[in-house]
Amino acid sequence: MNWDTVFGKLRWDSFVFAGAIENPSASEFVAFGAGSIVILGAIAVVTLLSVMGWWVPLWKNWLTSLDHKKIGVMYIVLAIIMFLRALIEAAVMRSQQLAAYDGPGYLAPDHFGQLFTTHGTIMIFFVAMPMITGFMNYLMPLQIGARDVTFPLLNAISLMLTTAGAILVMASLVIGEFSTGGWSAYPPYTGLEFSPGVGVDYWIWAVTLSSISSTMTAINLTATVYKNRCPGMTLMRMPLFSWTTLCASVLMLFALAPLTAATSMLALDRYVGFKFFTNADGGNMMNYANLFWLFGHPEVYILILPAYGVWSEVVPTFSAKNLYGYRSLVYATIGIAFVSFLVWLHHFFTMGQSAGVNVAFGIATMIIGIPTGVKVYDWMLTMYRGRIRFSTPMLFHIYFIVVFIIGGMTGILLANPTVDFQVHNSLFLVAHFHNMIIPGVLYALFAGYIFWFPKVFGFRLDERLGRRAFWCFAPGFILAFFPLYIIGLAGATRRTVSWSEPFYLPYFAVAMFGALLIVAGVGYLIVQVVVSYRNREQLAAPLGDPWDARSLEWSTASPPPEYNFAALPVVDARDMFAEEKENGTAYRSPTVYEDIEVLRNSMTAPLVGLAALALAFALVWHIWWLAILGFAGAWAVIIARSFNTNTMKVIPAATLRAENEAFLTAVRNAPGVDRDLEFSPQNKGKAAPDLVQERPAPAGGHQALGAAL
Amino acid sequence: MSMARTRNLHPGINLGATDPDVHRAAEGVVFGFWLFLMADLVIFGALFATYAAMSVQGIAQGPSPAEIFDLGSAFVETVLLLLSSFAFGFATLEMKYRGNIGRLYLWLAIAGLLGAGFVAMELHDYANMIAVHGATPQTSGFLSAYYLLTGTHVAHVSFGIAWMVVLMVQIGVFGLTGIVKLRLLRLGLFWHMLDVVWVGIFTLVYLFGVVS
Repeated sequence: MNWDTVFGKLRWDSFVFAGAIENPSASEFVAFGAGSIVILGAIAVVTLLSVMGWWVPLWKNWLTSLDHKKIGVMYIVLAIIMFLRALIEAAVMRSQQLAAYDGPGYLAPDHFGQLFTTHGTIMIFFVAMPMITGFMNYLMPLQIGARDVTFPLLNAISLMLTTAGAILVMASLVIGEFSTGGWSAYPPYTGLEFSPGVGVDYWIWAVTLSSISSTMTAINLTATVYKNRCPGMTLMRMPLFSWTTLCASVLMLFALAPLTAATSMLALDRYVGFKFFTNADGGNMMNYANLFWLFGHPEVYILILPAYGVWSEVVPTFSAKNLYGYRSLVYATIGIAFVSFLVWLHHFFTMGQSAGVNVAFGIATMIIGIPTGVKVYDWMLTMYRGRIRFSTPMLFHIYFIVVFIIGGMTGILLANPTVDFQVHNSLFLVAHFHNMIIPGVLYALFAGYIFWFPKVFGFRLDERLGRRAFWCFAPGFILAFFPLYIIGLAGATRRTVSWSEPFYLPYFAVAMFGALLIVAGVGYLIVQVVVSYRNREQLAAPLGDPWDARSLEWSTASPPPEYNFAALPVVDARDMFAEEKENGTAYRSPTVYEDIEVLRNSMTAPLVGLAALALAFALVWHIWWLAILGFAGAWAVIIARSFNTNTMKVIPAATLRAENEAFLTAVRNAPGVDRDLEFSPQNKGKAAPDLVQERPAPAGGHQALGAAL
Repeated sequence: MSMARTRNLHPGINLGATDPDVHRAAEGVVFGFWLFLMADLVIFGALFATYAAMSVQGIAQGPSPAEIFDLGSAFVETVLLLLSSFAFGFATLEMKYRGNIGRLYLWLAIAGLLGAGFVAMELHDYANMIAVHGATPQTSGFLSAYYLLTGTHVAHVSFGIAWMVVLMVQIGVFGLTGIVKLRLLRLGLFWHMLDVVWVGIFTLVYLFGVVS
């Protein structure tokens, strides 16, 4: 048995540390440092778990859990870890570009290429996707009055596959290298001829794991919305966040498949010499561009629609009003979801289509602005004449409206093919999509995180530190990205490791400062969670409804019990919980308690994830025996599980009654807290309702219009 | 209650009044499986689209579709696969109405063997194309797309056969329980979908390829 059979392409110098020893340079030391952080981080986590004796609780309460809420939290934790890495990478890239005026800077071009590739790949596949998946997983079943998703085990397997993909990307910091082909990995550059190393293979298998995971999540969440709603919860009574979950899930269902096809073809080209995207022998990379963006464009809306859903929950709550134009928001969401499949070609206007084709896709792109505009007006009209509390999520929202509209307008510019020909591949484009994704998706998720945190953990986050974070993020984003619009128009190309135009220098300097402000904002968020945890007694809100909010998840205890609802709710109106609070009929005991069956924990998902990780790692390094073992192992675990019939446990009615009545008694006995005391220790999570009543509307007035919508 | 027992809760064969409890349980899981089939069909859609482009533009120095396809063989494969689906239909009816395990085994075995015959013929076709025409997947973009499209289909059929074997073992171990019925319902949908895809392949790849 020789080395290659056992270890494939792995060599001692595949480890990143070898490079720094053999070939010392600033770039290698940065790589050395990054690899060390991964290893030291892993050692720190293992030590902490061992010292605190947390291995067993971690395994029993979290990793093997099939509870959609815990799975949702784990998705978000994974996303936060990956976010920190990709954020640091962004700051490193900014500093490189600042340092590289008229010189090479401190990073080698190849290293810089890996940075922008991992930054994009991680931010999309291992930050934004798991973060929104976590939110959807946690919230949607609670909002529609369900006990769990339709396929809880599939849900856990999805999580573990995404985690395996994330671990693979992390491993590339220590062993080998990552792709330098950008997050979209265009061949033929990413083909074997021009990228012979393992970097592209890391990209292929990490992304493939993520896309399979997301497809399974899509199946699960879509089936849940259609089949698990509680009695009376018609589609048109669902909270907007659940609507956006449905639309995003349907998008995932259709959009991830072309990505899986594209990565499979690229893999076949690289591993067995197929000719899909090669320059010679009839290959055609345009097929890749089309398949990739057939996924890539809907992907943008997969991310932004749930973010719109977050805003649609935050705004009415902190305006103490019903959501304005609910129906129009629903139709706008569906409209965006539909049109998002008709615009993919605008990602490559310059790649050889006829003018007529470009114009068709340009117009389709601009049309998306219309339903998006409907949403922005709806949120603003929700605030209109409301009693607005300027909480941190609300500050994020108001900032979002202003800055997002600017980003939207630059998008309309880019939708015009003639303009796109001038600025494509420039920093103008980079500024545009960050302008959509950071205030649109990321800040919405920050707002949602602060908003729902007390629901998940039973205590509020420190408001003062949240505001400080906001006041770093708000100017930080503008300073980091608006300068890029200007130098992008002036001709600065994206993904450029060094440059020599003196005009750019001050703008790069401002952008660097903005990036540091964003990092500071993240620092405040970290401090916020630590401080809040320490002060969790004062910040406790176990009674479930600290913000006088509207949908069903707020009617449960915080954190909600494993089974969500002791008795399934029956609703007969939109925002039933808000109405009940107003009428004084909230928190009534159910007439009858019945035994319920929930799934026992299962080690299937972590084992499948482990096998998938082994398979993917083995494929990257051509360790064929391990690949076979991983593939067979994953299926063996699944088949073994299918022979297990003892998968359910019963929660007896008596337990349900005891727990639920204790909660209801505590709520009933607690005084309702006025909104003026929202951030005070008195706020234990029972709200004195503060809904702004709709006044009788003059015929044809704005309220009549709102009611009609 | 009688409504819920007889009303169709999902597309395809419903258990209905023959097993009301499992019938109700089927609603969510079978619906979810339809969603999976949709996602799977989108993958096939992407592969069809790639093939449509490459079978025209990606021939390069390699052979053209008309030179290598054997319509007779594809026809026999079509018959095998459709008969297999037909047999699976009888298996489903047996499961629903009589539940005779011996007959159920028989129909499943027929369906599986016909499917295995399909796979064997398809692999034989591949070997033949490579031996006679030198038409490997590495020859041209067209052939890459051809092997991926039909290969993905063959892989699905093989997976379906493996699934069938597992379920036959489960019928032996558990009998015809609710969970086994739910799995048979879903395997049936999967098996029939592969027919639909194959009809597309037969038409677009073989018939079009030979006449063009």
